[in-house]
Amino acid sequence: METIKFRHVTRAPAAGTAGSVIVGVVGSGNLEVLLERTLPDTECTVEIATPVRGYGEVWKAVVADFVERASPGGLRISINDGGARPDTVMLRLLQGVRTMEAGHE
Amino acid sequence: MSDTKHSASDTASWFLSTARERLAGLLDSGSFTEFLPPTERAMSPHLALFDLPAAFDDGMIVGRGELEGHEVLVAAQEGQFMGGTFAEVSGAKLVGLLRAVRDDAKLPRTVLLLLDSGGVRLQEANAGELAVAEVMRAIVEARAAGVTVIALVGGRAGAFGGAGLTAATCSRIVLSEQGRTGVTGPEVIETNKGVEEFDSQDKALVWSVTGGRSRRLIGGADAYCGDTVAAFRQAALAVMDRVPAFDLATLQAEQVRLAARVKRLGACESAAQMWSALAIPDSQSVRNMDDEAFTALVAGVEGADHDAR
Repeated sequence: METIKFRHVTRAPAAGTAGSVIVGVVGSGNLEVLLERTLPDTECTVEIATPVRGYGEVWKAVVADFVERASPGGLRISINDGGARPDTVMLRLLQGVRTMEAGHE
Repeated sequence: MSDTKHSASDTASWFLSTARERLAGLLDSGSFTEFLPPTERAMSPHLALFDLPAAFDDGMIVGRGELEGHEVLVAAQEGQFMGGTFAEVSGAKLVGLLRAVRDDAKLPRTVLLLLDSGGVRLQEANAGELAVAEVMRAIVEARAAGVTVIALVGGRAGAFGGAGLTAATCSRIVLSEQGRTGVTGPEVIETNKGVEEFDSQDKALVWSVTGGRSRRLIGGADAYCGDTVAAFRQAALAVMDRVPAFDLATLQAEQVRLAARVKRLGACESAAQMWSALAIPDSQSVRNMDDEAFTALVAGVEGADHDAR
């Protein structure tokens, strides 16, 4: 297993009031994303556990793109990866922040 | 009383949904409280040794909620994660739930098990086998304490191996056509006895033998429902109040029923032969009729309904 961690400063806090949300499933070509609103408003961390080694640069680009698009301030994001493609990863991340926005907790 | 509070997810396929989607659709909106949620990170300590990813809930979601206003405890397996398998953590979560309901009369008296599992997780086989044994004992002890345990089976992994055994210890089993149950799964039979014995790639064969329709016709399930979240909710509600006493008389009646079933169907070599032996006119049509027609058919088949389990 390889673990990769990124820390970003965001423009704004993530919308919504949900405390935590989980989306996706750890299956082949899929991943689960756990989002927790536990960080200061303009910080975001993304920690990835993946069995597929050597794709750190791809993860870095996808996460940076996601942070730029979604501005997920305050979120600690944890990923268990089942070998998902970058486009699947991006969709799950966006689904996660969207669910945090819609959910009430 | 199906009002608008479920409407969005009512028509969703049970088979295609994730465990969390099933729970969200099954229970009354906003009523679910999860025990040991993903944020607790109760994860498998073993999978990393095999270079396999873990899941934050280890593929087992346990908690409590309401089903059309009835308080229930629930446990749901995620069939897409490691085949929904019983392992150290996933098993302990289920055993803990069942022992809690056994010991604490203040907890809801109904447990819904959303089984979706191929059995024991081979990477954690010893812990998984122990978990299955503990789950079965806990179910029996909970039932002896007056708890109703209902298995809902309609997921991709079915309920095989330890999950098949677990289903068989429940008060009631609800199956959809896609909801296969059994002890030894099709691939395992083929691996051990050869493709001539059982061709696991032959989906028509697999479904006709292990699928919900055959199981329902021979009394291996107590209710048959369509592949939607709403259908499973209605079926669970319908069987919740029709649970037999868990006593010696019930077990003896079940033994008599099973002995009669072996006598009647034991020589059959295919599901179609069993359907013929059950005096179903045009037995081949069992595969093709719609859910409503099938439900009507079951009502007229001797031995499909029984109060013993």
